[in-house]
Amino acid sequence: MSASETAATSTHDGPGATTEAEAGPLIEARGLTRILPGLVPVTLVRDIDLEIKRGEFVAITGPSGSGKSSLLYLLGLLDTPTSGEVLVNGKPTHLHSEAKRARLRLSTLGFVFQFHFLLPEFTVAENVMIPMRKLGKLSHDAMRDEAVGLLSDLGLADHVDKRPDQLSGGQRQRVAVARALANQPPVILADEPTGSLDSKSSEQVFEILRDLVDRRGKSVIAVTHDLDMAARMDRRLHLIDGRLADPPAEGV
Amino acid sequence: MPLILSIALTHVAGRLRQSVVSVLGVTLGVGFSIAMAALMEGSQHDFIATLVDAIPHVEVTDDQRDPPPPPAATRFDAVNVIGARPDDDTRGLRNPVRLRAMLASWLPGRMAASLNGQAVLRYGGKDVAISLTGVDPAAHLKISTIAEDMRAGSFLDLAANLNGLIIGDGVADKLGASLGDTVAVSASSGAVRRLKVIGLYHTGVTQADDATGYTVLKTAQVLFSRPNAINRLSIRLDDVNAARAIAARVERMTGYRATSWQEANEGLMEVLVVRNIIMYTVVGAILLVAGFGIFTIVSTIVHEKSRDIAILKSLGFEQSDIRRIFLTEGLLIGLVGSVLGSGLGYALSLTLGSLTFEVKTEIELTSLPLYYSPVHYLIACAFALFSAGVAGYLPARRAARLNPVDIIRGAA
Ligand SMILES: Nc1ncnc2c1ncn2[C@@H]1O[C@H](COP(=O)(O)OP(=O)(O)OP(=O)(O)O)[C@@H](O)[C@H]1O
Ligand SMILES: [Mg+2]
Repeated sequence: MSASETAATSTHDGPGATTEAEAGPLIEARGLTRILPGLVPVTLVRDIDLEIKRGEFVAITGPSGSGKSSLLYLLGLLDTPTSGEVLVNGKPTHLHSEAKRARLRLSTLGFVFQFHFLLPEFTVAENVMIPMRKLGKLSHDAMRDEAVGLLSDLGLADHVDKRPDQLSGGQRQRVAVARALANQPPVILADEPTGSLDSKSSEQVFEILRDLVDRRGKSVIAVTHDLDMAARMDRRLHLIDGRLADPPAEGV
Repeated sequence: MPLILSIALTHVAGRLRQSVVSVLGVTLGVGFSIAMAALMEGSQHDFIATLVDAIPHVEVTDDQRDPPPPPAATRFDAVNVIGARPDDDTRGLRNPVRLRAMLASWLPGRMAASLNGQAVLRYGGKDVAISLTGVDPAAHLKISTIAEDMRAGSFLDLAANLNGLIIGDGVADKLGASLGDTVAVSASSGAVRRLKVIGLYHTGVTQADDATGYTVLKTAQVLFSRPNAINRLSIRLDDVNAARAIAARVERMTGYRATSWQEANEGLMEVLVVRNIIMYTVVGAILLVAGFGIFTIVSTIVHEKSRDIAILKSLGFEQSDIRRIFLTEGLLIGLVGSVLGSGLGYALSLTLGSLTFEVKTEIELTSLPLYYSPVHYLIACAFALFSAGVAGYLPARRAARLNPVDIIRGAA
């Protein structure tokens, strides 16, 4: 118990979620293709090869319907590719059972969506504690401390015991970020995390993500329509019709 | 509190009114089934107790279960013998003294020998055929409750009166005879004796009251021309439930047919079984309806909470976790309903038990016979939980299979 707690604190304060696979890419896609079966099969993404390294802030851009969300779901093991594979920490996942993929999501991957998807019946702190409780490594008090710590870092110290519907959109989205961080996953996957926010809140959330990369060594992959925002990330992946393409010339 | 349970609780609490209705459905189902079981089994016990009390628990008669093959068949090794005249077999239990000694050593109960036959009573020009049993009065009272049913005279008076006759009140009515009258008794052997009615009984069993009578063993032996013979050994056991096993053992030892009270009343026992089947079918139907209620509410919740399901999956919940959440909701409703239903069932039983009725023939007040058994509660609750489990499992399985990607896409 105490060992995991100290580990928790160390990742909390700075870069260093050290693992054996530090050198290699955290997430890797090889020939990733997803086709929806049906009378008229729909190709969501095709032949995607990519690597996401530790501490990278990567933007996924592209026109609407180009497959950005689909790619993110595949990288986050929420969807399964038709062909090709996703490697997490260098390990292939295509043979994993549903349960094992779920456990990887729980410990290694944090999702943030355009909509916050908080559970309305639980308080802010309880929402953040849900992934921790599912993991079951900490005592209740330790989980609560951890959740309050995360929320305070995101400027929500005054709101921990409120219900989600008592918060503004930007605040809820920050709670969703805190929840994604709950089990200190090395990777955060965000699908238009600022898509439903005004510019001030968007900026706030962006700064938080930036901070996660710079100060905590997380890898963040964020889908965005905002080219300015994409320009301020470390790297951009541009999708057109489900394939990786060269980013448009004006993008830095 | 476990995470799964706390999520399930918020879902149920969010649909409180519907949940309460579902819980009530289970409560009623469990409550009624418990009260009904108490009443049914109570009346069954009461019925059997009355029945068993009035008859011998095991009766050894001079039949054989499988009649021996005709001697000709064994002698000539024939497949089938046609036209063989059966032996003039002197019926009766042979060597009754040895027979009784054989059983007395281990039999957990008491026995009495008797000679039974058909006789016709004649009085004032009226004939009534009865089954007449010759008994040793003192011994007979050890295996029979007839003493309690005496309306006139005393059963033991028989002992002092070789010409005494005790008959059911129905027989006396049919004959038009009353206590103290002398009736002519003729047996199939042709012998006729005049016996005096010194007692009347009313058992409440029409067949006994309208067509049976008792006399002393000696008199019966003379009447039926069977000196020193008996053809029936009636046994009253300490434990009535042992009757089947003991009857089988007696039969094996003696070779005579020994009939347990269960076998003698097979038809009745079947009726009781059918009655129980009907009861549990009705209870099952009630609980099935309650199950539909649970199915509906859990399905509604699954539908309503599909976004939550998707987000939980994206957070790392496995299919089995999702399934457990909704299964828990069904079981929660079933559990609360079972607990409340057990209380309701107990209260209903108490209420039924406190009701009293005035029965015409008896002066005292009679109340409903109720039988309290934890088994009723266990069965009702187990059934309720099972149907709640099934009713929760079906939508839970659907929830577990929901594709989070579809839902998240749909929501965006
Ligand atoms: N279930 C489905 N059935 C048919 N087509 C689908 C389905 N899901 C997605 N698509 C199509 O697949 C393509 C890729 O969708 P996806 O959501 O990944 O795009 P996106 O780049 O995230 O778009 P946006 O920027 O609008 O969010 C789109 O053209 C979409 O219409
Ligand atoms: Mg999208």
